[in-house]
Amino acid sequence: MVAMAACRVPGVQRMIVMLKCTTLRPRYCFVTSRTLCSSKYEPNEKIFEKILIANRGEIACRVIKTCKKMGIKTIAIHSDVDSSAIHVKMADEAVCVGPAPTSKSYLNLNAIMEAIKKSGAQAVHPGYGFLSENKEFAKSLAAAGVIFIGPDMHAIQAMGDKIESKLLAKNAKVNTIPGFDGVVKDADEAVRIARGIGYPVMIKASAGGGGKGMRIAWNDEETREGFRFSSQEAASSFGDDRLLIEKFIDNPRHIEIQILADKHDNALWLNERECSIQRRNQKVVEEAPSTFLDPETRRAMGEQAVALAKAVRYSSAGTVEFLVDSKKNFYFLEMNTRLQVEHPITECITGLDLVQEMILVAKGYPLSHKQADIPINGWAIECRVYAEDPYKSFGLPSIGRLSQYQEPLHVPGVRVDSGIDEGSDISIYYDPMISKLVTYGSNRAEALQRMEEALDNYVIRGVTHNIPLLREIIVNPRFVTGDITTKFLPEVYPEGFKGHTLTDPERRELLATAASLHVALQLRSQRYLGNQRVPIVKPTIKNWELSARLDGRDHSIIVSNIGSIFSVEVDGMKLNVASEWNLASPLLPVTVDGTLKTVQCFSQDAAGNLCIQFLGTVYKIRVLSKLAAELSKYMLEKAVEDTSSIMRSPMPGTVVAVSVKSGDTVSEGQEICVIEAMKMQNSMTAAKTAKVKSVHCTAGETVGEGDVLVELE
Amino acid sequence: MMATTWRALRLWRVMKGTGSCKQLLMWSTLRPTSFSSFTVEERIERKRSAALLGGGQGRIDSQHKRGKLTARERVLLLLDSDSFMEYDMFVEHRCTDFGMNADNNKYPGDSVVTGQGRINGRLVYIFSQDFTVFGGSLSGAHAQKICKIMNQAVMVGAPIIGLNDSGGARIQEGVESLAGYADIFLRNVLASGVVPQISLIMGPCAGGAVYSPALTDFTFMVKDTSYLFITGPDVVKSVTNEDVSQEDLGGSKTHTALSGVAHRAFENDIDALLNLREFFSYLPLSNQDPAPIRECYDPSDRMVPGLDTVVPVESAKAYDMLDIVHSIVDEREFFQIMPNYAKNIIVGFARMNGRTIGIVGNQPKVASGCLDINSSVKGARFVRFCDAFNIPIITFVDVPGFLPGTAQEYGGIIRHGAKLLFAFAEATVPKITIITRKAYGGAYDVMSSKHLRGDVNYAWPTAEVAVMGAKGAVQIIFRGEPNEVEAEVAYVEKFANPFPAAMRGFVDDIIQPSTTRLRICRDLDMLASKKQNNPLKKHANIPL
Repeated sequence: MVAMAACRVPGVQRMIVMLKCTTLRPRYCFVTSRTLCSSKYEPNEKIFEKILIANRGEIACRVIKTCKKMGIKTIAIHSDVDSSAIHVKMADEAVCVGPAPTSKSYLNLNAIMEAIKKSGAQAVHPGYGFLSENKEFAKSLAAAGVIFIGPDMHAIQAMGDKIESKLLAKNAKVNTIPGFDGVVKDADEAVRIARGIGYPVMIKASAGGGGKGMRIAWNDEETREGFRFSSQEAASSFGDDRLLIEKFIDNPRHIEIQILADKHDNALWLNERECSIQRRNQKVVEEAPSTFLDPETRRAMGEQAVALAKAVRYSSAGTVEFLVDSKKNFYFLEMNTRLQVEHPITECITGLDLVQEMILVAKGYPLSHKQADIPINGWAIECRVYAEDPYKSFGLPSIGRLSQYQEPLHVPGVRVDSGIDEGSDISIYYDPMISKLVTYGSNRAEALQRMEEALDNYVIRGVTHNIPLLREIIVNPRFVTGDITTKFLPEVYPEGFKGHTLTDPERRELLATAASLHVALQLRSQRYLGNQRVPIVKPTIKNWELSARLDGRDHSIIVSNIGSIFSVEVDGMKLNVASEWNLASPLLPVTVDGTLKTVQCFSQDAAGNLCIQFLGTVYKIRVLSKLAAELSKYMLEKAVEDTSSIMRSPMPGTVVAVSVKSGDTVSEGQEICVIEAMKMQNSMTAAKTAKVKSVHCTAGETVGEGDVLVELE
Repeated sequence: MMATTWRALRLWRVMKGTGSCKQLLMWSTLRPTSFSSFTVEERIERKRSAALLGGGQGRIDSQHKRGKLTARERVLLLLDSDSFMEYDMFVEHRCTDFGMNADNNKYPGDSVVTGQGRINGRLVYIFSQDFTVFGGSLSGAHAQKICKIMNQAVMVGAPIIGLNDSGGARIQEGVESLAGYADIFLRNVLASGVVPQISLIMGPCAGGAVYSPALTDFTFMVKDTSYLFITGPDVVKSVTNEDVSQEDLGGSKTHTALSGVAHRAFENDIDALLNLREFFSYLPLSNQDPAPIRECYDPSDRMVPGLDTVVPVESAKAYDMLDIVHSIVDEREFFQIMPNYAKNIIVGFARMNGRTIGIVGNQPKVASGCLDINSSVKGARFVRFCDAFNIPIITFVDVPGFLPGTAQEYGGIIRHGAKLLFAFAEATVPKITIITRKAYGGAYDVMSSKHLRGDVNYAWPTAEVAVMGAKGAVQIIFRGEPNEVEAEVAYVEKFANPFPAAMRGFVDDIIQPSTTRLRICRDLDMLASKKQNNPLKKHANIPL
């Protein structure tokens, strides 16, 4: 099992002895309740000998998995910091293509081409992101005689251009957002155009931005009025009163069609994915199918998507994105010429292995399915689990080492696509996605229920993650009924995400659980093994009189136990709490009054502080004996730091620019510095008008979360 | 306040088994001036209730206002409920000078509460200085009470915990007070290595008084309300003309981060006492007891996959040794000692399969994990405590060597570094060592190496056991030769790996990091019956 191999890593001044552990634990539990029914191919026939995966993380692992199934050898590429990443371990061969920054490794065309040449790969799967839609890469591969597992160069190019793709779509009779490209002369013309487009319409300033000079009109009257106001506003705001009119998409949803096409003019639509839950135009929760589409709309969208694919002679898997309004009118947005992040949910409901299909198509096989063969079986939901703090603008990146990591694969109907493991580092260099958590069920309710359970059973320690937000979204009444739009998050959480709001019964459940856990810990503290020279005299406590503080409110709690079953009185209300109380496990299944819930104890200390994840959100609870709680009124409040004069980095990253120096006077809201992490720039502004006391950062420097950047006086 | 007084009274009644609460309360509010008109029984009750009130309600209130609990409240919080057995409630000071013999200057029990009780069922002797009585100052009687419980603790074999909150010597008593200190010091010294001694500083502790905590095994402090110094800011000002605040001179931050006098500090009285209960659970009651084994839910054969990638590929890159410690020990619980002092070495207590162990580890994250004066002394004292009290020592090694430089040499790194070497060498408890990466030079020898009687020494595949780093070595061996780069590569191949040490038997095995917990747990079971004696001697002469 343990093979010794010695190798020299370039630039490292020592030898590394690798003990290669040949058993990798299974990372997928592929769509569980059904078997894959992907295209049949002659198993004895070699599709490809070797495929290089020009990507990292979960998608590289995902592609390798299918290659293994098909008997194809895989080559991983990696940056130096990724040398012990999962995708490297899973692949048959691995090539280091450069240092950590993506521009020097995963986007390093020359190094990757060199790796392809050296390794003798016959084909390359680009995954998503990085070089997946890079026509230069496709060109280089073609020149080297290596097959690109994806569409042809011209399709990538055509769909990569916003104007060209829209024109192509129009010509292929795909619905595009109707609008008047010219300048509107007067109110009468505005009404005429608006009628032509169909209400509602949006009237906006040609020079506009930031919502100024923008009006929505639902009828002729509003159009005239809107024209007048908008042109006035446009004139005063931008000094330019020219106006445009286009279709207003009310309550838009983002629904996309997965297509699959081969090189023989066959194309299929594999139904839709609803991806409306987004933050900052990034998808967070996706599902397939959509609750919103009826079969007719679905077919219409599918047929248009296929028409577009055929118009560009598309081959491989691709996605046509649409905006859908409340009347089920749909409009083409763009086409993604790659495998999408959220492809697993389509795989779940159709039973196809998209990566396998892509490989077969790339080799020149015709599709073996007919449109009529494509089913919608059950329901699949995907949550993107990110290493980010959901309490800061729905997610600011966080980094760290996954000190504990356990995927909820024991929950039925769960698929987890990830490329990390316990001990992995989430670094500032790459996307902070930890995994894609997919649950599948025979219907939406079952898939949602499994998602709840899966999120509760997902153990992630060492980095801040967005499970609290995901857990809230999937139980939100609007989401559950399918009443969602792309503005779901800002509409539901106008003040930003604040975590779960406990109802009174939930609060009691949580307190009862915390108090029981506290007592279980106390009881364990008395259980010593072996002979004691001085006998132990265990205190006999029938009723544990406790006090628990949660969100600044104190609750009096009485706990008594028979074995592992606790009878708890919270503020006079009785609850029964039963559990095995495995104090070493990060997961704590607890049955409160007959209902089983999995909570997670993030931390507990001797001073009675417990951090418990309950319904997705982590709560800080302090459980003390009644005596200690009474005496704590004498403890002094410690002075809290004045946060308005100390500016700390909200996330780990690089300082891009520092706009002030010591001694400068800044006014409230003035930019002080810019921090960049994971493709995001964050402008840090002064919280008050003051003199700059000291600057602790310089441009180009790397800072950690909470590091002091600037102090004001 | 009433509630807590009630509790104290109720507690006392449990012990005595009689008494009406109402009556007691009424009495407690009147400080008796004469007992002549009362029966003996009544006088006992009156004395007891007076003792329970210490220096009186006014002083109790002002103690509370400072964010401090009273001596008795502290005892109640520290010990299991209803377990405290108080001694010497009737002892009074014997001073007659300066009007001290007046009745209103006598407090039953004087300025300290003493006795024994239980923490999680386990026996402990305790004294708690009462700041409400003469500022907790130490009288002859006060010292005598402490000495009494210390004597008994040593005879029975149970730890001693002191809760310090005292203004210093009882000036009125003069030399009697000084004698009292010395009596305590002597007992601290005699009890050292016999029973664990812990001090928790919960108020001022100044002058000669500081030496009792200094002699005990562990000194903890309460943030913002406790101070330790030989002389206060006023004297400092008059002697050296330095302006320094009480906090900067002897507060918890100073002693836990700068001087290394205190081992840890806690937020407030309640946090400190609850943490002390936790800390106590790691300790054996005396040197006659093995390391305690508590019920454990964490499987002893648990694999830790994250450890296979914890050591960075680049030899010069840092990582957090605490990550390794947390993932290996039971339930990730590690009670770190001196977390803010000499951070280049980690020491503390944890459990493996329920059994208490002491952990010593170089911290590559701080100063590359090198050994210097402070880290050597910190490590040495901890190792000696573990050895004295039968606690197995697990050592994690990633050490590039001793820190060079004039500051270190002038400071006596030779003398201080020798302490750690001495401590590891003389220790006869089970010693398990894991070399995670660098083990260079003399520091390799020091860190519980096979040569210092390490029982089981492991190397991870990333280990490099060598005299020094490749660059330095090549510069010496191949000085002036043109092919230094090649020579360096050759040196790396030859020495920067675990084989030279493993081939000579200096490490017992090269292990997969993820199996480390499993191996240690197994070894600890095997070594539980280890017997090893050093040559008979009066005592060794550690280079102090």
